[in-house]
Amino acid sequence: MATTLESLLQENRDADLLRFTTAGSVDDGKSTLIGRLLHDSKAIYDDQLAAIQKDSRKLNREEVDLALLTDGLKSEREQGITIDVAYRYFSTPRRRFIIADTPGHVQYTRNMATGASTANLAIILIDARNGVLTQSKRHGFIASLLGIPHILVAINKMDLVDYSEATYERIREEYANFAAKLGFRDLAFIPISALRGDNVVHPSSHMPWYKGVSLITHLETVHIAGDRNLIDLRFPVQYVNRPNLDFRGYCGTVASGVLRVGDEIMALPSGKTTRVKSIVTFDGPLAYAFPPQSVTVCLEGELDVSRGDVLVHPRNQPHVEREVEAMLVWMDETPFELGKPYWIKHLTQTVRGTFAELVYRVDPNELHREKTDCLELNEVGRVTLELFRPIMCDEYARNRATGSFIVIDPASNRTVGAGMIIERTGRRTAAVHAAAPMSRNITTDASLVSPQSRAAILRQRPATLWLTGLSGSGKSTIARNLEVRLLAAGHACCVLDGDNLRQGLNRDLGFSPDDRAENIRRVAEVARLFNDSGLIVITAFISPYRADRDQARQIIGPDAFLEVFVDASLAVCEKRDPKGHYAKARAGTIESFTGVSAPYESPEKPDLVLPTATLSVDDVVDRLMVELTRRGFLSPSHPAS
Amino acid sequence: MEQFRITNLQTLEAESIHILREVVAEFERPVMLYSVGKDSSVMVRLAQKAFHPGKIPFPLLHVDTGMKFPEMYAFRDRFCHEIGADLVVDRHDEAISAGANPWDWGTFKCCAALKTQALLNALRAGRWDAAFGGARRDEEKSRAKERIYSFRDARGQWDPKNQRPELWSLYNGCINKGESIRVFPLSNWTELDIWHYIRMEHIQVVPMYFAKQRDVIVHEGRLIPIGEHTRPPAGQTPQSVMCRFRTLGCYPCTGAIRSAATTVTEIIQEMMTERNSERITRLIDHDRDSSMEEKKKEGYF
Repeated sequence: MATTLESLLQENRDADLLRFTTAGSVDDGKSTLIGRLLHDSKAIYDDQLAAIQKDSRKLNREEVDLALLTDGLKSEREQGITIDVAYRYFSTPRRRFIIADTPGHVQYTRNMATGASTANLAIILIDARNGVLTQSKRHGFIASLLGIPHILVAINKMDLVDYSEATYERIREEYANFAAKLGFRDLAFIPISALRGDNVVHPSSHMPWYKGVSLITHLETVHIAGDRNLIDLRFPVQYVNRPNLDFRGYCGTVASGVLRVGDEIMALPSGKTTRVKSIVTFDGPLAYAFPPQSVTVCLEGELDVSRGDVLVHPRNQPHVEREVEAMLVWMDETPFELGKPYWIKHLTQTVRGTFAELVYRVDPNELHREKTDCLELNEVGRVTLELFRPIMCDEYARNRATGSFIVIDPASNRTVGAGMIIERTGRRTAAVHAAAPMSRNITTDASLVSPQSRAAILRQRPATLWLTGLSGSGKSTIARNLEVRLLAAGHACCVLDGDNLRQGLNRDLGFSPDDRAENIRRVAEVARLFNDSGLIVITAFISPYRADRDQARQIIGPDAFLEVFVDASLAVCEKRDPKGHYAKARAGTIESFTGVSAPYESPEKPDLVLPTATLSVDDVVDRLMVELTRRGFLSPSHPAS
Repeated sequence: MEQFRITNLQTLEAESIHILREVVAEFERPVMLYSVGKDSSVMVRLAQKAFHPGKIPFPLLHVDTGMKFPEMYAFRDRFCHEIGADLVVDRHDEAISAGANPWDWGTFKCCAALKTQALLNALRAGRWDAAFGGARRDEEKSRAKERIYSFRDARGQWDPKNQRPELWSLYNGCINKGESIRVFPLSNWTELDIWHYIRMEHIQVVPMYFAKQRDVIVHEGRLIPIGEHTRPPAGQTPQSVMCRFRTLGCYPCTGAIRSAATTVTEIIQEMMTERNSERITRLIDHDRDSSMEEKKKEGYF
């Protein structure tokens, strides 16, 4: 008996935490949905329910208006709209939840960006009667801008469209098409009626055609532990704790990566290195610390480290920059001004900075870029920011903590903007090319055999089919089968995959983003050499980062490079788990595993998408052969053998 | 083998420690408002954790109305002494000698004088530029929109419609002279989280949270405790009821609940099946619709 109670309490105590935000236009029923979640998960106390029953009568509402639970401030309740971000709390036996409820009307960009900044998941509400409106697209755009890892589109008010599957499918398809431009990692759809409770907590009996889970089940089971960046160690020093002459500890919250006792670390911006002596907490020393733990770090020797510095691993460093490019959300009535000095708060330092350039403004409806010289409240633009002191940063897409900053107006002290650092176009790839232009020219010019004569003899034009996708999506299987088919048709080709490269040429590389980048760079160089000698190359690497694949495209040359997205969802891949890697990654014995504890960035414009959950291997290989022929890589007149 | 799992409570604890350190790093004169209740006990523990192995680098300020329960005063003095905290007690003596009490003045006016005004006076006198409070967003509707760093103008007023946006964990602590920031490190904790944490960490709380036989007046379903100065409604006689306090405030305005929970574990068990929110025992919230919002605008915590 005591054990049961004990384990029940422990289970309740040790549940994990999901933060999500909700976005919808004024009448999409957002507050009703939240009220429904709170009500059906029994998070509403009797006296709170009695209070809104009383309020509903006073406001002449016909039914008990669950929206009143969340519309907290008096003026909002009178106007019937939510005007500011409100935080709500509820829990189920599996998980605790924090909802950032953000309004959908005029202030929406500012408020939604605020709610989205800490969210693991966004629920985007669409009224089934109205379909995909401009606002629904804006909400998706902001969610993608703020890097929310998981998106759930709830198509609401299904009761008012007779629970029509056709209506649901039409909206789903339209939104999925739009969302493809935004490159979400995880996008799901659920038909619901928040008012009637269909598919919110309990599965609906009105929509037997819907085979998925209810909204709450989705929230309870979506995998979020992998959203953290456990790869790039970034420890911003927040406070130097010096209670006496014998103790000097650097307090801070691990922003990303894992910090271990004994690690060699480098303090930035000074670049001085030392080792981690101990990790101190009130509850005793730790052997290692990871995000989002708040700890105190003691270092070997005397090193001058102060608030604002960042501790990193010497082999994995962030950018140390006085100039960054960023997407900026403007949040104040006072317009953005070029050249005006602002305070920029980034990690634990506040630095003076000015905006040197407004590259463009994004029209959030169609995602077009517009030339402009001004940003108004709730507008988003791409800017160049110049800083008076360097900051230690990463791209926001890779690291939400080190890639974000806020802008403070020194005159009003108000928070006027929020920025997300983006990679500067071309810088990295340009460096690669600059490093080796000579060898490139020698290779092509020195050969006495022209590419044309090779192509004529082999009856093929060389190409690199770059297969990218999660572990278990089917890349290697496809590569091997395509190789067989090509050889059978008399074509010269070869496969590059982890098995033949990681064991030899790339044996010295691990799985950190830098090592992954180097791995991909070498693969691309090898593919290029093989292409130069006339071969068709099929590569099978997870290659999770867009930037790395773009670099490969540049090395190989865009004409010969085909990006093939082997598209299978994480759930499908995990179910297949051919090598047992997912199980190990979940158990924590493999670190930095793509999809679980490291990110995967889907291709934005792949040359070909292969949904392996629905196609057979033969179908897939057929498609690839057709595509190669269509693009003129295989000579159509070549006799089949 | 390394494990990277993190629970809800660990997440909340880390976030609170981050906030406490950020304030101490950025402000000149921070202070922690200490109300003797369970949330204060938790907040103090988090401060100990944030600055370990050093001492808590700011004083605890108790704004005393003079109408707290005797057990609360006893606990406060013992607790602060034991942990070596620097305790400052302040109260609005002018109002107290003018006879402020909820029976004659009404709860609204009494609170305005003994809590709100007293707090503003104390903050001004101490020139505190940041004051930690133990409020949680799940307590009450208007608190759901409160920022973690809540800006107050030179008069200590809150403007709910004009709050600074708060993104990621980047807090804006910029203020002019005379202005201040109220900081709520427990913003994202729920009542249940607080009790789980108290249990896990063995944190001391005022014994009034635990059930025992107490002499109370049962009036309109409320259990009104009997104290030295209590003025029971006419014709009511005290009776002994097994009860406990879910929140602690001033004795004229704090009701007990019927309960048999004598340990933290039993309280958590009770919480998991509880059907009323904790503020129902605070009489002050029922003065009028939106009463908490009105008080907060004027500077109440």
